[in-house]
Amino acid sequence: MALTAMDIYKNLPKTNCGECGVPTCLAFAMKLAQGQASLDQCPHVTEEAAAALAGSSAPPMKTVTIGTGDHALEIGGQTVLFRHEETFYHPCGVAIQVNTSLPEGEMTERIKTACEMEFDRVGMTFGLDLIALYDDDGRLPEVAAVAAEESSLPLMLMSDDPQAMRGALEVCAEGRPLICAATADNFEEMTSLAKEFECPLVIRGEGMEQLYELSEKAIEAGIEDLVLDSSAREPSAVLQDQTIIRRAAIKEKAEPFGFPTIGFVGGDDEVDKVISGCELIAKYPGIVVTDLITRDALLALVTARLNIYTDPQKPIQVESGAYEVGEPDASSPVLITTNFSLTYYTVEADASAGNLDAWIVVVDTEGTSVLTAWAAEDFTAETIAKTIKECGIEEKVEKKIAVLPGGVAVLSGDLEQESGWNVVVGPRESAGIPTFFKTEYEQRIADFN
Amino acid sequence: MPFTVPKERWTAEVQTTTIGATEADGGTRTSTVTIGGDQSLPFLHFEGRTPYRPVIALEVLDEAPTQWPDALAEHYRDVWDDPAAWAQKAVDEFGADLICLRLVSADPQGTDASADDCAATITSVLEAVGVPLIIWGCGDDDKDNAIMPFCSQAAAGERVVLGAATEDNYKTICASALADGHLIINQSPLDINIQKQVSILVTDMGMSTDNIILYQTTGGLGYGVEYAYSIIERTRLAALGGDKMLQMPMLSIVGSEAWRVKEAWQSEEEAPEWGPLEKRGIIWEAATATFFLHAGSHLLVMWHPEAVNHVRQHIDELLAGQQT
Ligand code: B12
Ligand code: SF4
Repeated sequence: MALTAMDIYKNLPKTNCGECGVPTCLAFAMKLAQGQASLDQCPHVTEEAAAALAGSSAPPMKTVTIGTGDHALEIGGQTVLFRHEETFYHPCGVAIQVNTSLPEGEMTERIKTACEMEFDRVGMTFGLDLIALYDDDGRLPEVAAVAAEESSLPLMLMSDDPQAMRGALEVCAEGRPLICAATADNFEEMTSLAKEFECPLVIRGEGMEQLYELSEKAIEAGIEDLVLDSSAREPSAVLQDQTIIRRAAIKEKAEPFGFPTIGFVGGDDEVDKVISGCELIAKYPGIVVTDLITRDALLALVTARLNIYTDPQKPIQVESGAYEVGEPDASSPVLITTNFSLTYYTVEADASAGNLDAWIVVVDTEGTSVLTAWAAEDFTAETIAKTIKECGIEEKVEKKIAVLPGGVAVLSGDLEQESGWNVVVGPRESAGIPTFFKTEYEQRIADFN
Repeated sequence: MPFTVPKERWTAEVQTTTIGATEADGGTRTSTVTIGGDQSLPFLHFEGRTPYRPVIALEVLDEAPTQWPDALAEHYRDVWDDPAAWAQKAVDEFGADLICLRLVSADPQGTDASADDCAATITSVLEAVGVPLIIWGCGDDDKDNAIMPFCSQAAAGERVVLGAATEDNYKTICASALADGHLIINQSPLDINIQKQVSILVTDMGMSTDNIILYQTTGGLGYGVEYAYSIIERTRLAALGGDKMLQMPMLSIVGSEAWRVKEAWQSEEEAPEWGPLEKRGIIWEAATATFFLHAGSHLLVMWHPEAVNHVRQHIDELLAGQQT
C-alpha cells in the first residue's frame, strides 16, 4: 500500500531541523509521499522508521532483465498508468513463439528469421527481442540446446514440466532465459530451478487471487526477478487483468504485483493478431508473445510499440543543419524541412527512393512536424532563413533555390524576402518528391536562371 | 495481505448521445445510434458499465477519389461516382452503423460545387440509406460556412451530425445545427484545453451537451497515433472526473489517417523491407482503430471493409466480458 504523507510523518523525528532541505518534517513527508524526495535526505531518521518506510520509497515496479550481453532485454520499471503522465519506460519485448514440435529445419529457419528481422524507422533500427520455445512435444531440452546455438536473442522456455525445464536450463541457463512458468502445481520445483540457475521466472496464477498468492510466496522464497501471468487469454479478460495488476503496482504499491507482466497475442489470422498485439502494447505487458513471423504484421507491432513508448514530452528529433541525400553537389536542389525525426526521415526516404542527389536543410522546430511547427510559429520565414544562413548551405550550392513543403506554401513570399533565396513550392506529401523532380522542377526553376 | 481489486471511484460518466431520428422523432431514419454512457475507462467491466457499444461509420466521398491504392479502390470503384450507391453498399454489404459523408466536391480548389449541389447529394444519401448520417464539409472554412446552412436544412429533423466546429469557426455550423435539430462535432488540434474551449463556445450559443461529439483530430499508426491516443485517454479521464465540457462521446477518423501512412500503401518494389502489400493497409487501419478504441473513442470513421470486420469483432470480444 502507498503510504500517505501522514503515515510517513508519524515515522519522522518531528524536530523540523530543516537539514533535509525543506523547513518541516511534515513538508518533507509530503514530498516523500509524492515521490519527489528520498528518505536518505533526512539524516535523523531512525533505523526502525527507515525499515517501516522502505516500501514507500522503493520503485513501484521492478525492472527485470532477461538474457545477457548486447541482446539482454530489460522490461518493467514502469511508474505510471497513462503515458501522458510521464512516459512508459522499457519498451515491451516482442517474443516470437517457436514450437518444439516443428521439424528441425523449419525451426532453425524460424529462429533465424526472427533474429535477423530488422525494421528501420525514424532513423533507428528495431528488431524483435525473444525466442519463446513452446514445448508441445516434451523435447524442450533438446530444442533448447539447438536454439541456444542458433539464436542471438535471449530465450524464453515455455513448459509446465519441471523435468523438461531442468533439462533445458542445464543447456542454456548461461544465457539467462526466462522460465515460463511456475504454477500452483509445480511451484516448489520451478521456484527452486529459478534459484538454482539464477534465471527470471514467470508466475502463472489461475486468476488474480492465486497469482497474488503465488507471487507473495515467490518473493518470500527469495526470488527477485518475476514476470506475472494471470492466465487470461481473451481480449476482455486480458484488459481487465493487465489493468488491475498495473494499478495495484503503481497506485497501491502492492508488492506481489510490482513486476512486469506477460501477454499472449490471440486471434485467428494476421489482422486479428495485430489487433490483439496492439491491445497488449497499449495495456500493459512487458513481454508480448506471438507466433506471427511475417514482416507486414510485425512491422505494425514494432511501429505500435515505438509510438506508445515514445516520450510524450520530447519528440524524437534530429539535429538542425544541412544533410545530404545521395551525392549532392553545387548544382543539387535544396529541400527544406523540420527536425521532427518522423518528418525528416520520411522526406529523406522519399528523396532517396527517387534517386535524388539533394541537400536537406533541417530547421530546429523542437521536433515538431511541418504543419504543427507552422501552427506553433516555429517554422516561419524567419526561422527557415536563419537556418539557411547558419547551416553553411550557402557555401555549398551555386543557385540559391529552396524547395518548401507544399503544406506551407504560404511562407514562400516571406521566405524569399527574408533569405534572399528563390523559393519553389514542392508537393504536400514528400511521397510526391520523386515525380515532382522528374516532371516539374526544372521547369519551375527555369525563370530563376 | 489479501488481494483486493483496486477500483477507481469515478464521480461521473460519459454523456449519452443519440444520432439519427426515426419517424417517431420527426425524422426518416430506420435506425438510430446511441453512444457514450460509459462508467469506466474503456471496457473495464469490473469497474463500471459500457452501456453502448462503440460504432463504426464508413466514409463516403461525394466525388470519386483519385489517389486511393488498389487494395482499397477495388471495393468502391463500382459505386464511387454515386454517393447514394456508395452509401448503400457501405450499409448493405459492409454493415456500416452510420455513414460519414464528406463533401469534398465543395472544395474551392477543386470542383467548387455549389450549396445546392451539396444539399442535393445529402437528400439522395438520406433516401438511399436508413442509418444516421455524419456530414462533413470540405475543410475550407469560408466555403463550409457558405454551404452548411443549406446542407443542414436538407437534413432537417434527421438528427445528423455536422462537422466541424472549431475554436475559430463555430458560429455558422452551430446555428445551423440548432435551427434544424442536429448534432455537431467539436474539433480541436490534439489539445485538450482547446477542446474544452470549443465546448464552452458552442454551449454558450445554446447547444446542449447531448448534441455534441468531440473530435480531437487523429494521426495514423506511425504517424502520430500516440498523440491522438493520449488525448483521447485524457479526455475520457476528464469525463469520468466530472468535467462537463469534456464529457461527450468521441469520434476518431481512422481510414483516411491510416491510409495516408506510407506503410499502408507503398508497393513491395519500392519498400521490400515492409513485406507484402496485400494486407498492410488493412493491418494499418485495424491497428490504428484498436488504439482509439482502447483510448476511449466511441465512433470510428473507417474505410476498408475487411478492417471494419476485424475491428467489429474486437469490439464484440471486448464487450463479451461484461455481465448483462
Ligand atoms: C501529432 C500532431 C501534433 C503533436 C506534435 C507532433 C509533432 N512532433 O510534431 C502535438 C499534439 C504536440 C501537436 C500540437 C499542435 N498542433 Co498538431 N498535429 C499533429 C497531427 C495529428 C500529425 C502531425 C504529424 O506528425 N504528421 C506527420 C509528419 C511526417 O508530417 P509533416 O511533418 O507534415 O511532413 C509531411 C509533409 O509536410 C511533407 N513534407 C515534409 N517536409 C517536406 C519537405 C519538402 C521539400 C516537401 C516537398 C515535402 C515535405 O512530407 C511529409 C510526409 O508526408 C496533425 C494532423 C494530421 N493528422 O496530420 C496535427 C496538426 C498538424 N496540428 C495542428 C495544430 C494547429 C497544432 C497546435 C498549434 C494546436 C495547439 N494550439 O495546441 C499545436 C502546436 C504545438 C506547439 N504549440 O508546440 C494542425 C495544423 C493546422 C494548420 N494547417 O494550421 C493540424 C494539421 C491538425 C488540424 N487539422 O488542426 N500536434
Ligand atoms: S531532516 Fe529529518 S528531522 Fe530534519 S526536518 Fe527534515 S525530516 Fe525533519
